[in-house]
Amino acid sequence: MKKDKKDYTENIDRTKNAAVESEKIINEVTSSDYKYGFVTDIETEIIPIGLNEEVIRLISAKKDEPEWLLDFRLKAFAHWQTLEMPRWAHLDIPPIDYQAISYYAAPKKKEGPKSLDEVDPELRDTFNKLGISLEEQMKLSGIAVDAVMDSVSVKTTFKEKLAELGVIFCSFSEAVKDYPDLVRQYLGSVVSYRDNFFAALNSAVFSDGSFVYIPKGVRCPMELSTYFRINAAGTGQFERTLIVADDDSYVSYLEGCTAPMRDENQLHAAIVEIRAHERAEVKYSTVQNWYPGDKEGRGGIYNFVTKRGLCKGDHSKISWTQVETGSAITWKYPSCILAGDNSVGEFYSVAVTNNRQQADTGTKMIHIGKNTRSTIVSKGISAGYSQNSYRGLVRVTAGADNARNYTQCDSLLLSDHCGAHTFPYMDIKNDTAVVEHEATTSKINEDQIFYCNQRGIPTEEAVGLIVNGYAKEVMNKLPMEFAVEAQKLLQITLEGSVG
Amino acid sequence: MKAVQQYIDLLQENRTLIDNHSAPVLNALRDTAIADLQTIGLPDTSREEFLHTDVSAFFAPDYGLNLARVKRVNDPKEVFRCHVPNLGSNLFLFVGDNCHAMCKQSEFPQGVIACSLHEAALSHPHLVARYYGTLAHSDNDGTVALNTALAQDGFFLFVPRGVIVEKPIQLVNIMHGQHDFMACRRLLVVIEEGAQAKILSCDHTIDKGNFLSSQVNEIFVGKNATFDYYDLEESTLNTRRVASTFVRQDEGSNLLINGITLHNGYTRNNYYITLDGPHAESRLYGMAVADKRQVVDNYSFIDHKAPECTSNELFKYVLDEMATGVFNGRILVREGVQKTSAIQTNRNLCSTKEAHIYTQPQLEIYADDVKCSHGATVGQLDNNALFYMRSRGIPEAEARMLLMVAFTHDVIDMVRIDSLKESLHKLVERRFRGTLDKCAGCRICQ
Repeated sequence: MKKDKKDYTENIDRTKNAAVESEKIINEVTSSDYKYGFVTDIETEIIPIGLNEEVIRLISAKKDEPEWLLDFRLKAFAHWQTLEMPRWAHLDIPPIDYQAISYYAAPKKKEGPKSLDEVDPELRDTFNKLGISLEEQMKLSGIAVDAVMDSVSVKTTFKEKLAELGVIFCSFSEAVKDYPDLVRQYLGSVVSYRDNFFAALNSAVFSDGSFVYIPKGVRCPMELSTYFRINAAGTGQFERTLIVADDDSYVSYLEGCTAPMRDENQLHAAIVEIRAHERAEVKYSTVQNWYPGDKEGRGGIYNFVTKRGLCKGDHSKISWTQVETGSAITWKYPSCILAGDNSVGEFYSVAVTNNRQQADTGTKMIHIGKNTRSTIVSKGISAGYSQNSYRGLVRVTAGADNARNYTQCDSLLLSDHCGAHTFPYMDIKNDTAVVEHEATTSKINEDQIFYCNQRGIPTEEAVGLIVNGYAKEVMNKLPMEFAVEAQKLLQITLEGSVG
Repeated sequence: MKAVQQYIDLLQENRTLIDNHSAPVLNALRDTAIADLQTIGLPDTSREEFLHTDVSAFFAPDYGLNLARVKRVNDPKEVFRCHVPNLGSNLFLFVGDNCHAMCKQSEFPQGVIACSLHEAALSHPHLVARYYGTLAHSDNDGTVALNTALAQDGFFLFVPRGVIVEKPIQLVNIMHGQHDFMACRRLLVVIEEGAQAKILSCDHTIDKGNFLSSQVNEIFVGKNATFDYYDLEESTLNTRRVASTFVRQDEGSNLLINGITLHNGYTRNNYYITLDGPHAESRLYGMAVADKRQVVDNYSFIDHKAPECTSNELFKYVLDEMATGVFNGRILVREGVQKTSAIQTNRNLCSTKEAHIYTQPQLEIYADDVKCSHGATVGQLDNNALFYMRSRGIPEAEARMLLMVAFTHDVIDMVRIDSLKESLHKLVERRFRGTLDKCAGCRICQ
């Protein structure tokens, strides 16, 4: 009898210990620091801070741009001046002084490298620190890497191989020079410079980015990938990506980001435009791991991105997959305009916020064509004092017969100070539409942790397992190479227990 | 802005008239309300919560107001009877905003006060002052400010500690008259600890004029108290209605609100429910059957301020012809409010291309140990079910009707008064069959 009692008290102690343990782990997770913070010292050419017509002319001149592009920039700037920064998002954004930012930073021009050996060793080091060895990538995974260091593309690989098929994959500035007609035809055709405050800003000052054109009937043989880094202190990065997939083509595009640790906030306002013609398919995957600021919320990147895909042709498909772990403030709604009949839009997202991070992210699915389908799966994970919101719109216009949408938004809460919010909008104007929305918010399941503990899996690993399982639906949609990195990122972001 | 100005002018010109025909308790809030109205104006679509319905337009026409409190009918029974068989309720009839008690005070248990707000404000000024205007603040919503500035009467219910009012109280609001008319009504309900009561409120319009009904309800549900509020609207296409219900629930209280819109013109219902004490339970249900150009806009905000509370929300819309449905449901779980369970569901049937539905469920969660979910669907009737019924000889139109009736049943099933439930089932079925919902003996039905 006595022994039993002892066992009982021991059990209680053990349970208590487990509770203490799991709290410790949670604390560790939420206190882990950003691992990829480092600054590479490359001489950059920075123009003075401030934004006016002169600066725009200067950017354009520095990049040797044709007259029509300068016009486009100036029109965008004129429009931007009439706009005010939007405040509707569930975000607490400190005032941004747009005149205190330098709008152009380019690594100093050297003779173009002909092989990897000629690439600046420091730049290569940077990539190596990130675990992206160019050689390895070229040889092993067969990914063409268009590495954007600050604002100008430094190196583009596999160009020749792609050129054989007629695939154009180059930096935006090159595209402006080499394929002006294509760029002119499609630039701003999906995201107009009048679209919103940040789109106008980007259109006025965009520095560089990527341009992809897949010709008719071509299935791009490799995953196209761009690694972005924001590198010089005090510069905003305004890149612009334009992807055009012609009839019957297919491309999978990867975008991955890591940024060095900084004290002052950096503004990032990018635009991604995708245009899919008849029966074309574009898969766009993002892993975003910019510097989120320190534990007190100092520093970190402000990420205000406009991403939109236009399914112009019938039977076209655009799929967005994103893993968001970084940035102090994320404001991002990758959208699909389903204009072609039978077109398909997809959005898969995992957004993790920790410490004082804020994220307001989601998607828009605009059904215009007949028999259009869209799927939205959004998984939010909040820890620390962070705020994580899903905001999405599903609109079925009067002509979009037989539109179908399925939306699922789940939120997982890992601390009692964080917030998880959902703001879905549904505007349905067609009686044949079938639209479903489901959202749940809950904390990590204690039964599941207990079950794992029972079987000898420590709480730390258990939380990792559960979170990875929770996000699996989205992770599965990432290309192989990315899935590994994304999983690592999840672990790093929620390090200690939750990964 | 023009819409607001006419009311401000009217208030300034007729202030003495309004005050003289009302009670000091009600008059005390008018100055602040007018100031608030001047500052914030009436809400239009520029406000996120009013995105799809321009409420300020409801107020734009030039309505008549019965500021001098002229009795508009001599025998209210002649005007209308809304009979719910076997309900056996205590009835109060409102013609415009004039209250006619159709039952005796002695029908109620000892200590219960059930009378017009005007009467109560004169006979129990301290009691009314303690609650009146404390939940419905006029600085956030211009329609509430306007109502507070204009309100002269309404209904007051006070149920003291531990008292159970068995018989439902039925409030029948009638808009009638040959001229465009606006009625401002208040409902103030105080249910003390452990007490129970049920109110059924029916809105009817019996003439063809343009009417605007502005209603503000304040409901205090005390510790372990239970309160049911059923709100049925059967008006006409020329009727506009803005009804805001504010509820504060104390520990362990239980609330049921069921809002049913069958016929209407433009309706905006706001529900603000605050769960102020632990273990409180709140159920908010709503249903709308709309066709022609009916617009039904329901907004709800459930504020979980105390831990271990439960809220359950279900709204269903059936939209036909050119009708528009709007649902905006917001659930807020504040920091540290653990063990919260909040469920929200919105289901909609759209029968034509011209019928629009805008649905916007929102969750804002600042605590981690919670179970919150929302679901929203828009769709059509199940083709398999239709086929099944047709293959058994049920004509398509009938099968459709049956399925639509079934679709709305789970909202009506939540009603906790059997006779009312039965009556609502019949009413809804008749609504779908297109036969005007005739009640047992009202003027228009006869």
